[in-house]
Amino acid sequence: MTAPLRGLLGADPVVATSGVALFADALRDQAVAVTDAGWHPPLPGTEAALARVMADPRREEANATALARMTAAEATLVDVAPASESLGLERGTFLHAGPPLEWERASGPMRGALIGAVLLEGLADSPEEAEQRLAAGEFELEPCHHRGAVGPMAGVVSPSMWMYVLRDEVHDNTSWCSLNEGLGKVLRYGAYGPEVIERLRWMGDVLGPILRQAVRSTGPIDVRAIIAQMLQMGDEGHNRNRAGSLMLLRELLPGMITADASSTDVAEAVRFSGANEHFFLNLGMPACKLATRAAEGIPGSTVVTTMARNGTDFGIRVSGTGDRWFTGPANTPQGLFLGDYGPEDANPDIGDSAITETGGIGGFAMAAAPAIVRFVGGDVPFALAATRRMYEVTVGEHPVYQVPVLGFRGTPVGIDVTKVVRTGELPQINTGMAGRVAGTGQVGAGLVTPPEECFVAAVAALADAVPR
Amino acid sequence: MTVHVELRRGAYHDSVSLMQVSRAVAGSPGVQAAQVAMATELNVDVLRQMGFDVPEGAGPNDLVVALRVDDEDAVAAGLAAVEDALRALTASSSDTGSADEVPPATLGSAVRRSGANLALVSVPGAHAVTETYDAIAAGASVMLFSDNVSVEDEVALKDAAAAADVLVMGPDCGTALVGGVALGFANVVRPGPVGIVAASGTGAQQAMCLLDAAGVGVSHCLGVGGRDLKAAVGGRATRQALRALAEDASTEWVLVVSKPPDDAVLDSIRAEAADLGLRVHWATLGAGRPDLTAATEAALQAEGVAVPDWPATQADPEGATLATGPSLRGLFCGGTLAEEALLVATDALGPIASNLGHEPALGATTTDPGHVVVDFGADELTRGRAHPMIDPTLRMERIAAEAADPTCGVLLLDLVLGHGAHPDPAGELADAVRHARDTAHADGRALPVVVSLTGTDADPQGRARCADVLAAVGASVFLSNAAAARHAVALLGGTR
Repeated sequence: MTAPLRGLLGADPVVATSGVALFADALRDQAVAVTDAGWHPPLPGTEAALARVMADPRREEANATALARMTAAEATLVDVAPASESLGLERGTFLHAGPPLEWERASGPMRGALIGAVLLEGLADSPEEAEQRLAAGEFELEPCHHRGAVGPMAGVVSPSMWMYVLRDEVHDNTSWCSLNEGLGKVLRYGAYGPEVIERLRWMGDVLGPILRQAVRSTGPIDVRAIIAQMLQMGDEGHNRNRAGSLMLLRELLPGMITADASSTDVAEAVRFSGANEHFFLNLGMPACKLATRAAEGIPGSTVVTTMARNGTDFGIRVSGTGDRWFTGPANTPQGLFLGDYGPEDANPDIGDSAITETGGIGGFAMAAAPAIVRFVGGDVPFALAATRRMYEVTVGEHPVYQVPVLGFRGTPVGIDVTKVVRTGELPQINTGMAGRVAGTGQVGAGLVTPPEECFVAAVAALADAVPR
Repeated sequence: MTVHVELRRGAYHDSVSLMQVSRAVAGSPGVQAAQVAMATELNVDVLRQMGFDVPEGAGPNDLVVALRVDDEDAVAAGLAAVEDALRALTASSSDTGSADEVPPATLGSAVRRSGANLALVSVPGAHAVTETYDAIAAGASVMLFSDNVSVEDEVALKDAAAAADVLVMGPDCGTALVGGVALGFANVVRPGPVGIVAASGTGAQQAMCLLDAAGVGVSHCLGVGGRDLKAAVGGRATRQALRALAEDASTEWVLVVSKPPDDAVLDSIRAEAADLGLRVHWATLGAGRPDLTAATEAALQAEGVAVPDWPATQADPEGATLATGPSLRGLFCGGTLAEEALLVATDALGPIASNLGHEPALGATTTDPGHVVVDFGADELTRGRAHPMIDPTLRMERIAAEAADPTCGVLLLDLVLGHGAHPDPAGELADAVRHARDTAHADGRALPVVVSLTGTDADPQGRARCADVLAAVGASVFLSNAAAARHAVALLGGTR
């Protein structure tokens, strides 16, 4: 039998302190090992709700379960298929990134992407007509997340778009994501010009069917294994996907070049995929969605299961409060700009890609990708510190996703809303920046954090959900 | 004269550290007044009373720097003094190495990262429950110094701690000694065979110092919070502490020190202690029960240790021509010392108004023309400010007020030395006593002062030296708090 109080009375005291610095100093004067928590007040107005949530006897075990499920979730690419077929998406319904949104409140790039999707579906003959019909409320708008799907930037999905289909057999979940269009003037950044629509048509007619044949002939692809490897090759899986994209291409190539298609089409599909540094992003995102989806709906858990932005609002969902969104106005990213673009050209934060941070990569794995600072700003110590800071607001470390420079420590995973509210330390998100005006496309890349009020509201709701 | 007020958003420091900063800056050349404080409601009031305009929208996470200086040039010098003092704070608390190292951001993280077995929580009461659950979940026992924690939260915290096999010492626990390490306010006493379980901070310090004066040392002193032996808490932490001490190789016998307990709880714990095969002695204050000194003496005798003469210095009487007031004024920083003084003095004087939860109760001003005992460490007097053992301002102001009050017949004060206490508390108190007596004498009144001085010569402040400083300004000084109270009563009786 071990001694009572975990052997406290027989051991040399090692002390952690929270509060008055005088007491920590008094202990140091006695040559006692002291670690101070650097306490400061939590986000204003949260103390009562926090105390209630911290006292919830279900919390610790619920969060351990959430972490176990998130890190045990598989992510296997099993098919590529049109959204109408794979998601059962109805004609006239459009999925979008982030929390629910109405046309009236939609930002420029979101409107542009919706206009483009309406044109792609042949539901309008001109951008003006598309806009008119969208404004008239003739179409259904629905978050990707409500269907278990994710979409980068505007994240607009229409029935004829082809989707990757990923499976988590452990938890029997499926997730979907559209095919990546590459950079420049693309729909996800709100561009809807003829070249954008033409490219989307080619992706549906040529690229999608070739990728489907490739996946079906090579067999399921373990996306989680690729993420684990890319983190050791300088990618963080959100804004840097170079190694991941090459590894994905390596897996798909044999199936692509033997696909039943013209050699010209195959060559163009391979060239297009190989030229796209973010080819992998649209697989990393649904892989993370499968991880967070496995952790949804655990009563008492304070772990974030969704972070997503629609260009107007930032929304989060938390395991213990199920499907409920907690939203606040999206911040505008800070970072580096392409060409002549500047801060005034940037749209507020947009896209479901913050699912990568929710799943423990992206900004949370920045230490694995020091080269990212050339793209999003900051310096290398900042990149290392960003990951270290996120350990302070998460419930655990990922056993598979590791950071070599931190001694192969697992990435921080499972954002705990109580820790965010207590420390005021907001999740670090790496992101692309869309132009504020519909049709502009990408204007830069940088760093962004969610608005505090999402987390404040989530803690209040968790407090209300504690059994009396 | 120039006034400078600025708001620094999100720059948090604790109130005790900022008190030190304010003092350092106020002492700089050219600075007439300085207040560096978080913009809490209370501090904003203080700043307004000092004549500073606080910017709109300032909140408790924002730092206010307010200076009144001789001229424009002194603003820069004053701000430089602020920067120096703030830098000194971070220099002592931060031990981070390279640029990408990140210090722990939560108490749970600090416990896990350092492998701590103990956590010391001294955040404002509204936040203390959150911090304590975090430490329990990380597997550490907690010394919960914070007060203003509800009894419902206390019970829930102690149940959670028991389930995790850790101990919550508190809330409002000022004193603990674990494995030779002093936590919070604690005296430097010799190591020895006595385990102390204390539902009382200053009561535990008093008992430890009496034992030390008798040549008997302490193995551990486990605080349990002043309410632990009340019916609502039911002795939850006391039972855990006794079980742990029963298994501890360095503990031979135990002294339980408490503010007046619930009788049923006390009986049940006595029975439980008997089953543990542990020799337990009881210093549990209450009507009809011995005071702490008598209880400690009884324990020493039972253990076969000779009881010494407790250190005491009696002052010479003041001039016989001076008038004398009729009432006892007991002004205490230690809650248990106040409680004990109240019990001792009530036996001789009859009902005494106090803020200790007994009748007659003092109102919000804590004043009364009759006998009064005030505990300046009570929850309602520490909300938004530091404990009087750290920030003695309120009691100092009250000593000056009593000196001008003709109904004040004797001042009974406590002073507690040791780790965590003021580095020169006797000097500060002696100044206040001298001023008080000068005021009374100028008014043709005597003002005898009796000090209960809890400490040891091994304390950083040195008990003998402090006693000399206080005796030099004409105070009578006692190690035994009960003896001090009796002497004060005798002075009142002798002059009545």
